[in-house]
Amino acid sequence: MTTGKFRECWSSRLGVIMAVAGSAVGLGNFLRFPGLAAQYGSGAFMIAYFISLLILGIPICWAEWTLGRYAGQKGFRSSPGIFYALIRHPVGKYIGVLGAVIPVTIYMYYVYIEAWCLGYAWFSATGHLNLGNDVAAYGDFWARFVGATKDGLTISGGSNQVVIFLVIVFALNFIIIYRGISKGIETFCKWGMPALILLAIIVLVRVLTLGTPDPAKPDQNILNGLGFMWNPGDIGTQLANPQLWLAAAGQIFFSLSVGFGVIITYSSYLREKDDIVLSGLTATSANEFCEVGLGGMITVPAAFIFLGAAGVVGQGTFGLGFKVLPLVFSKMPASQFFGAAWFFLLFLAAITSSLSMLQPGIAFLEEGLGLNRKQSVSLLGLITALGTLFIVYFSKDIKALDTIDFWVGTFLIFVLATVLIIVFGWVLGIEKGWEEAHKGASMRIPGFFKPIIKYICPLYLLTIFALWVLFNVFGWNPKTGEFKPTGYVTDLISSEGSSVARMSVGLIVLIIVFFIITTAAAGRRWDKAGNNNRSKETKA
Amino acid sequence: MTAGGWFTMSVSVGFVLVLFSWCIWRVLTEKKPEDHIHGIEDIDKGED
Repeated sequence: MTTGKFRECWSSRLGVIMAVAGSAVGLGNFLRFPGLAAQYGSGAFMIAYFISLLILGIPICWAEWTLGRYAGQKGFRSSPGIFYALIRHPVGKYIGVLGAVIPVTIYMYYVYIEAWCLGYAWFSATGHLNLGNDVAAYGDFWARFVGATKDGLTISGGSNQVVIFLVIVFALNFIIIYRGISKGIETFCKWGMPALILLAIIVLVRVLTLGTPDPAKPDQNILNGLGFMWNPGDIGTQLANPQLWLAAAGQIFFSLSVGFGVIITYSSYLREKDDIVLSGLTATSANEFCEVGLGGMITVPAAFIFLGAAGVVGQGTFGLGFKVLPLVFSKMPASQFFGAAWFFLLFLAAITSSLSMLQPGIAFLEEGLGLNRKQSVSLLGLITALGTLFIVYFSKDIKALDTIDFWVGTFLIFVLATVLIIVFGWVLGIEKGWEEAHKGASMRIPGFFKPIIKYICPLYLLTIFALWVLFNVFGWNPKTGEFKPTGYVTDLISSEGSSVARMSVGLIVLIIVFFIITTAAAGRRWDKAGNNNRSKETKA
Repeated sequence: MTAGGWFTMSVSVGFVLVLFSWCIWRVLTEKKPEDHIHGIEDIDKGED
């Protein structure tokens, strides 16, 4: 329950839409989506992708907006507080702890990646990223820059340029967040998101007008690049592959930032009659436009034109983003400008997301512990700085970052999203939830979404989650039926496991314990405030 | 690029472009009295 004398609100409808869209649009839109679509044969992948958008992404999005605004009207802004209001049971607030743990923990490594983007924008602009025609040179540069060859390399090993960029982006995040919801996040996103889209369109026009840059390789032209990205394969066979559905649903899920704890926090700052149906759909469509309309048209075609199919296949998000694309941009005419524009747009995509990860933590410290803005920003700054320091120090093979991303950035997000949709459809109740969603709504949600939200979405989500656990935790091979636990598990339990992975999981546990303890204290304050309010009502 | 590729690209990009344009158009053209700035509100519940 809000204990301060003032509560913040969004200052405009477009502002909250831009903030939520900014939270959703991140590196995955421009790097992960195109790689997955090309990998799985775009025709089949896009079918699974749009079905997932319809029955997973949009319904959860509306559910989160509704739950957040509903609890916000009762004076709660933080995820534990929101769940305290939604689930009238002492356990409720502890379930909500996930909504604070997830964004705060993800921020700890995401801000590091954000620093890479800013660093690469700077190196591109100054010409330091023209490293020749060998992709290995770009791989070595990235490994040195982020410290992937040795633990502690970027702090005490002499390769500490990334730390400068990290300090800049870390400070920038906290300066913006300190200014508050309206003057900080909203103002930044209202400028940042259009700038991001403008930069992406500039780069897109450049890519689409490349033609055939190397006459000696006539096959590597823009049409074949687009074909490599969009030509469908054998759609029937591909749709029978459960991993394609998992990849498509996972992309929708993570791309929209649902189950993240961010949307419920952001929407708790709305007023009762503020529209959420059209606003939620607009934020979702903005993310889809950036992902399919911009990311899908830039990354893979550009890489294909300069490197051919061999340069694109098998590259992960970091491989494509920080090894392949710097080489691609270095070969373009006006390479410094377009390289800098590209990496700066990635930086904007990252910072609008990282800002959204801090607000749930700030909101919790403010309303749970009764801290003022300055105190909560300082405490959260200290906590996240320690976590980021851990991730930056244990940088060899980016083990700490990868481990935390797997267990928090994927596993826990699945858990929270499942909880959210069940709370909306079954705890709050679909009828009440439906009524809440339409308060002040600019448009009606089509009626067929009711059964989707209540039955299909939780079932689909649980199926995808079960498949994810089977493939990525137990290492299930559907062809042989064998189980071979993946590295994320063996790192923790086998005798040859990784001590860094274990420490990373220890850090996650430590953060969860911290939030549980503070939530217990917050719960006592909320109970007391609730009792006081009831007493006043009785006397009146 | 095959005909299937053109079709997949056109439908996918076209769909998200139309959806985004329609949503933004609705948001920007809709007149709602309470759509204006609300800023900071005093909602002191008196529990202090």
